[in-house]
Amino acid sequence: MDCLLEIEGLETSHLGPVDLCVQPGELVQITGASGSGKSLLLRAIADLDPNRGRVRLDDQARDDLAPTDWRRKVAYVPAETAWWALQVAEHFPAGWVRGEVQGWLARFSLPEESLQWDIERLSSGERQRLGLLRAFLNHPRVLLLDEPTANLDLENTRRIERAVRGYLAEEAAGALWVSHDTLQRQRLGGRILEIRAGKLDS
Amino acid sequence: MTVISLSALDLALAALLVLALAALTLWARLGVGRSLLIASARTVLQLLLVGLVLQALFDHAQLGWVALMALVMLAVAGYEVMARQERRFAGFWGYGIGAATMFVSAFAVTVLALTTMVGPTPWWEPQYAIPLLGMLLGNTMTGIALGLDRLTQTVWRERRVIEGRLALGESWVNATATMRREASRSGLMPTINAMAAAGVVSLPGMMTGQILAGVPPVEAVKYQILIMFLIAAGTGFGALGAVWFACRRLFDHRSRLRLDRLRAGRR
Repeated sequence: MDCLLEIEGLETSHLGPVDLCVQPGELVQITGASGSGKSLLLRAIADLDPNRGRVRLDDQARDDLAPTDWRRKVAYVPAETAWWALQVAEHFPAGWVRGEVQGWLARFSLPEESLQWDIERLSSGERQRLGLLRAFLNHPRVLLLDEPTANLDLENTRRIERAVRGYLAEEAAGALWVSHDTLQRQRLGGRILEIRAGKLDS
Repeated sequence: MTVISLSALDLALAALLVLALAALTLWARLGVGRSLLIASARTVLQLLLVGLVLQALFDHAQLGWVALMALVMLAVAGYEVMARQERRFAGFWGYGIGAATMFVSAFAVTVLALTTMVGPTPWWEPQYAIPLLGMLLGNTMTGIALGLDRLTQTVWRERRVIEGRLALGESWVNATATMRREASRSGLMPTINAMAAAGVVSLPGMMTGQILAGVPPVEAVKYQILIMFLIAAGTGFGALGAVWFACRRLFDHRSRLRLDRLRAGRR
């Protein structure tokens, strides 16, 4: 089967070389000790750090796409999402559609008023759900999730897991999910790859 | 025009005031007596030296010598801009961004003023060119240094937000808009404040100097207005340009935030 995301010889100064193929609809889990390079791998794929190697999405080379287009299609979501304006909706990509946002809000169990919420008053669970929702509005083909549920309670964790699973199934998108939690690993299922000293063991 | 020439005795009397101050700081154990005396000595030496250099320059008024003097001034100003950065670019650009934008803004404005507004013959007449350039460089230097320093500081502090916005598919221009605006503003503020307070709170140095030299106050004021506008334009264009180019240099061709291009300064 053809890869959705195809990685060959991806390297940074502390990572790789890494080869990886993520298929449409597939969720690949990445584990490893802290400092082993899990975040570096995701950041390198999102092209946030200087890196070498061949990365292709839907058989299109990364360098053939503008960095902004690449990062919309291959969405990196960190453990702590960044917020810079006053209200939630100001952080959405330009041209977002209310109907689409309403659908996502329902899936994440968020009320519609949350679009006008003050960033200062968001709980960590709301932040992470809204942070993921914001990334979904770009219609990414691949999600790079860097411990997206690290600081969340079980209820919020499961909401995010369900939303991601649902998105992958509907859009035939792929995901790399970095997780420390063994229970979460069992819930998510799928391929689990361990990273050691910057290299992937399969 | 009448200028009262100062004798060595006059200067010695003024020096006594500084000595008295040094004695007081010594007695109060402020720990600045030594630097005060060294700074005073440097003032005497540097100003005497520059006086001699300017005298020589005026006596041999040739374009080549004026250009050389101007380049030396630019080189020193470029170094000053670099030295005032807490985080500066590694390698050539640490020096290059400040020097290049000052060259474009301060030099261009000085040449424009000399050829179109002041109009001495020849246009590079050192008596006009060197003081004009000096005032412009001195002010653009401050504006550019402030703007660059603020930019690198805020980008460093806000790096998580910047990368978060890049990860959402925003351009580096969007992701740094507020920081560039803030940095440009801080580069422009001293000049705006100086213009707003001119004549009311402070008598600008150049005007004061001309009045002391016997120039009618209205003539001195006209020069001061011209200088103020030139400084505002030079500092403004310089700071805006420096902030833009520096911010561009903080991202590479794949619009990745490259904080590894910065080094800690010596401050």
